[in-house]
This record gives sequence, C-alpha cells and structure tokens, in this order.
Amino acid sequence: MFQIVQKKRLNDSMTQMRVAAPFVARKAQAGQFIILRVNEYGERIPLTIADYDREGGTVDIIFQKVGKTTLLLDTLEEGDAILDFIGPLGKASELEGYQYAAVIGGGAGCAIAYPQAKALHALGAKVDMIAGFRSQDIIILEDEMKAASDNLYLMTDDGSNGHKGFVTDALRQNIEAGAKYDLVVAIGPLPMMKAVCNLTKEYGIKTIISMNSIMIDGTGMCGGCRVTVGGETKFACVDGPDFDGHLVDFDEVMKRSKTYAEMERESAREFNCRLMKQAEQ
Amino acid sequence: MPNMTMTKTPMPEQKPDVRNHNFEEVALGYTEEMAVGEAQRCLNCKNKPCVGGCPVMVPIPEFIAHVAKREFEEAYQVLTRATSLPAVCGRVCPQETQCESKCVRGIKGEPVGIGRLERFVADWHMANSKEAPKKSETNGHKVAVIGAGPASLTCAGDLANMGYEVTVFEALHTAGGVLMYGIPQFRLPKEIVQKEIDGLRAKGVTILTDMVIGKVLTLEELFADGFEAIFVGSGAGLPNFMHIPGEGLVGAYSANEFLTRVNLMKAYRPEYDTPIIRPKNAAIVGGGNVAMDAARTAKRLGAENVYIVYRRSEAEMPARAEEIHHAKEEGIEFRLLTNPVAIHGDENGRVTSMECVEMELGEPDASGRRRPIEKKGSNFELPIDCAIIAIGNSPNPLIPTTTAGLEVNRRGCIVADEETMATSLPGVYAAGDAVSGAATVILAMGGGKRAAKSIDEYIKSKS
Repeated sequence: MFQIVQKKRLNDSMTQMRVAAPFVARKAQAGQFIILRVNEYGERIPLTIADYDREGGTVDIIFQKVGKTTLLLDTLEEGDAILDFIGPLGKASELEGYQYAAVIGGGAGCAIAYPQAKALHALGAKVDMIAGFRSQDIIILEDEMKAASDNLYLMTDDGSNGHKGFVTDALRQNIEAGAKYDLVVAIGPLPMMKAVCNLTKEYGIKTIISMNSIMIDGTGMCGGCRVTVGGETKFACVDGPDFDGHLVDFDEVMKRSKTYAEMERESAREFNCRLMKQAEQ
Repeated sequence: MPNMTMTKTPMPEQKPDVRNHNFEEVALGYTEEMAVGEAQRCLNCKNKPCVGGCPVMVPIPEFIAHVAKREFEEAYQVLTRATSLPAVCGRVCPQETQCESKCVRGIKGEPVGIGRLERFVADWHMANSKEAPKKSETNGHKVAVIGAGPASLTCAGDLANMGYEVTVFEALHTAGGVLMYGIPQFRLPKEIVQKEIDGLRAKGVTILTDMVIGKVLTLEELFADGFEAIFVGSGAGLPNFMHIPGEGLVGAYSANEFLTRVNLMKAYRPEYDTPIIRPKNAAIVGGGNVAMDAARTAKRLGAENVYIVYRRSEAEMPARAEEIHHAKEEGIEFRLLTNPVAIHGDENGRVTSMECVEMELGEPDASGRRRPIEKKGSNFELPIDCAIIAIGNSPNPLIPTTTAGLEVNRRGCIVADEETMATSLPGVYAAGDAVSGAATVILAMGGGKRAAKSIDEYIKSKS
C-alpha cells in the first residue's frame, strides 16, 4: 500500500497527490511514469511522474478527473493509501545538449510539461514555456511554470486571461519573431500535439511528444500502448513514452485512444451518481 | 491385478454448450473412485519410461501406486518432491507429448491418464490436508528471484526447501505470471494458482509485487543488497504482430492484452472496472494454446462467431490436441490454410473485417513443418469486429537492457547453459520463456528446477 501524504486541488478537475513510494522516488527521472491501481477492483492506469523527492521518498502525480478511476482516486484523502503504485516506468526524457527549448503544455499536460521545462532549465538551456488552457479559471501551476522557464506564455482558448489563442499561435509568433529553438517539447491532448508537430515540421525543429496511451502492465507485455512511429510498431511503455513527434502516426493514436471512450463515460456517469447518492445520505 | 481397460477413465467435463457461456473450469476432475480405477491401469514398469518424458522428473509410477492404494496424501508427498506446482501441471502440461507419450499402456490403447491423476492428487491435498507446508531451517543465504511465473516459482520453491532465504520480485500486482494473466480461469482457476503461491509463502518465500526489476532496482543493486545469487525468470514479454495494415485499429488486440484484461484484470466480472471489447465476431490469428485460449475466451464473452485463422493445417498446429478438441466442441470455427493480409476498419478506426488469403502447403521449412504458400487471387473478407493476434512473444527486454554483461541471442533471449541455466554473469541464472522464447509452463519449471540446483552448488562453492 502506498500512502498519500499530501493532496492539493489544483482546479475543479485537477488534483495533485504526493505519494510515499520510496523505491520509485529513488530512481524516478523526468519523463517517466507510474502505473497505479486504486483498489482490488480497479483498473491499472498510467500517470506521468510530475515530481519526486528522493530523500523524502515521495512521488508527485497530477491527474484530471476524466473517468471512473480518476474520480475514485480523487475520493482518497491524505493518510489514505493507493493499493498499487508501480514505477518508474518508461525511458527518461533525453534533454541534454539543447540551447533553447520551447516547452508546450496543454491543460492537464502542463503537469507533465512543467517538469520537462524544469529539467531543461537545470541543464542550462534557455526555456520558453507555452501553456494553453480553456479559460483563466482553470490555469494550474502558474508559479511553478514561471520558475522553471525564462519566459512563460499563458494562452487561453476564450481569451479570459487577456491572451486569446492556441499554444501553436504563441509558438508561431515566437519563431517568426526570431526565437531559434533547437527543441520543442509538446505535451497535452493529442490534437494539440499533432498541431504543434505540423507547425514545427514546417520550420524543421526537432519535437518530442509524450504518449499517454492505454496500457495494462507498463512493462512491454500487453502491447496495448503500441503506436506507429516512422512506420514501425513501438510500445509507449518501454520504447517511450517520449517519441519524435514528426514520426508519430497521430491519426491512428487518436482513434485508438477512444477505444473505451463510451464505456468510460458510462462508468464515470454511474460512479458520479453513486457519489451523489452517498453525499445525500 | 492391474485394470486392463484399454481407454483412460474419461474426465468429467461441463457440457460444451453450457461451458462456452461461463468461465468455470471445463474439466471437473476425477472422483476418488475414478482416480483409483485409473491408477490401477499403471503397470508400474521397472524402467519407468514415463519419468524420462517429464521435464521435472516426477516419480510417476510411485505416486500412482499410492493412489491405487487410496493413499492420496502419500501420493501428494511423492509429487511435491519433484514439482512445486502439481495442481497447475496436472491441468496445463502437454502430457500427450511428454510422460503419457512414453507410457507402455499407450502402445495398445490409451496411456494412463497421468495428468488427470496428478491433478486429482493435488486437488485432494488442497481440499483435505490440514498440514501446513513445512518451513525449512534457514541457511542464512539470500537469493533473489525475478518474476513470479512458473520458472521462478519452481526455482524459489526448491531453494526454500534447501533453506535459502528467497525473495521473489514481481512486476505485476499479483504473483503467478502467465498462470495468472495468460491462462484462462476455465482452464486453470486462479484460486488454485493462488493456493500454490500461498504454499510457497508458508514455506518462507518472500514475494514482493509491484517491483519492476531493471527499473526500480538493477541486478547490480540486488547483489549490493546482499543477494548472493539471482534467478531471472522474467518471461516472454513483447507480443509479436504480423506487421500487416490495420493492426493499430480499435478492436485489434494482442492475445496478451486480451487475455490479461480478462484473466488478471477480470474484465468478465461486473464488479471489476476493466474495460474490454465484447466482440460479436472475432478472428484469432495463430494456432497455439494461446490462440485457443483467446478464442474460447471471446466465445465466453458472448461472441457469436469465433474464428481461428491459421496459415497451416491442423496437423501443424502447435496447440495441445485437447485444447483444439475443446475449442471445436465449444463452436470455434477453424479457418485453416488461411492467412490474414490486412485488417480493415470503418471511419472511426474500428475493425470491420479481416482480409485473408488461402494457403497451400509446400516443402518442409527450417522448423520441419510444411511451408505455407499463398494461393494467388484467393483473397476473401471475413466480417469481424475484433482481431486477436496470437502469434507468439519476444522476450522482455527490461533486464537485458539494464544489465551490463548479460548476454542475449539474436532473438533477445537470455543466453543460459542448458544444463546449469548459468548466464554470462557469475551468480546470475535464468530459465523459462526469457531464455527459450515462448514455450510451455512445464519446460519453464524444468529450467527453474535445474537453476535452483546450480544456485545451491554455486553458493556452497563460495562459502
């Protein structure tokens, strides 16, 4: 069992948890992920490691409540425990040797993009962080992102923070204004990552994306996370989760990511009903 | 006077049209009377050819003689001298190509039902024995076992019996490996596997789950932590695909994923959250036991039509005869000499059909089986909503890629001496699918057993 030592609500739909997992904390690196199972009846879901404390033996995860498992996870409080917490899995991001990077996060993806910005910054690269949210009221990790970058560009779909537009608008603007990026890291919803890759392809800038695929074991056994990269079948859990975004078959990934969408909506709806009934009692 | 009946005592089974709608075990097991009667068919040959056919050398006539005398617990004690997983072996071993293929009774008539008797004895012990497994006196030496599948459990059990302090590191949340995630409930109930694992724990074996060795700890770190020898039984990992168009479609599964969702993650039980596509029409590609398991599982999830698509003929199928027989009984349709060339989907990327081509057999290939050749222009469409690829696995790369000096072959299998199971690294032994590529439970157990013996000799030679 893995105890939750701290829980923080980042906005209405996103939560940060600090979990006591000393073995995982000892080896965790930026870009890697964990798999957790809340209870005996639960699914195994992958979540990227948002931060870690080797001495304290803790690992931070940030998740968005999208399905039953994340809703269930969010019902746990400080002092409660998660049944299984496995990691660190996947390859660490390769961030060495870059001069000037743009790190792009979309919504919940900012939780994963921000540690990449932090790592790049620590390695001596100049870092522009571009973060996109639907609206101002759901912006998360603003201080952290600011601290991890040289410039932070916060964009909102509805312009409620005064900067209306997509992350790709800010990226294009910076490139057009002369920013000589030698690396772009894009993490967020698949359509966003695809749009960023289409843009950076135009300019010939190397782009790393992080896959958050459907997985079970996370050790290469099930093959559920397979993704076509440069015409080859790769497994996000052992070959990734980072891939060269210009080689990823996004259209296939986007379809695969919806495999259980209907079932997930249904089970999340049922679970929400149950939570509401419990609250009424 | 031996029972000279020419045929085996039939195994009571659930009726095919009943069992293909449930996940309960197909074979119901012998009664005491049946077991005693079958045991009496054994001639107790002096030269014991059956024992030579067993990868773990179970003293077969000896345990059967006890059964014939109704000494079931004594029979169990004989069995466990050789195998730590008798309830498993009795169910999933390919006896027809091993012990039973050597049985003298098989020359005229059917061999003794050795597997069925083994299963009976193990089940009888689980149901009737109150004796807790004995903990051997510890010798103070620590051994790490990586993985908790059949090779590892055997190695751990043997080492514990010798007095070693054994710690098993399992990557998944449950020990058992392929016995838990791969082989379905209806062929090997998970409660049985769990009992065998509990027995190992009672013997003093420590089992740590959620530990992905290679990631969370390296072999080097395990040695530094005081383990004197390490056994690697990390299994066959990466599922193979055909590399034909459409394998990325929604509804295309590896057999590993499909079976893991159902077996380990219990997607067939409503109280579990695991999602799975419940197909109407499923095609399973492959001709091994895993393909049969996937097909019969798809049927049990409610599929109307389930096809086995196999490019050779039935004679070349690697699956056990019994699995093929059971699958046919349950209404699985065999599309033999048929090879998929593409999987097609709709605008949402969901599988709608499998395009296949007919094959014919040519000259034998390197494997000794006749090579299938495409019949030009014979393409046809099989309408399906689920395609399950069951054409084998490659070894898991996590340990070889994180262990300097651990030699692997061209296929990524760990190189180990066939007799001692020693790898290229001193103190590191390996067996099972990680060494052989996808094979059987019992072969893995045989390797684990030899490795335990070598580890004992290795540690003794050092101290």
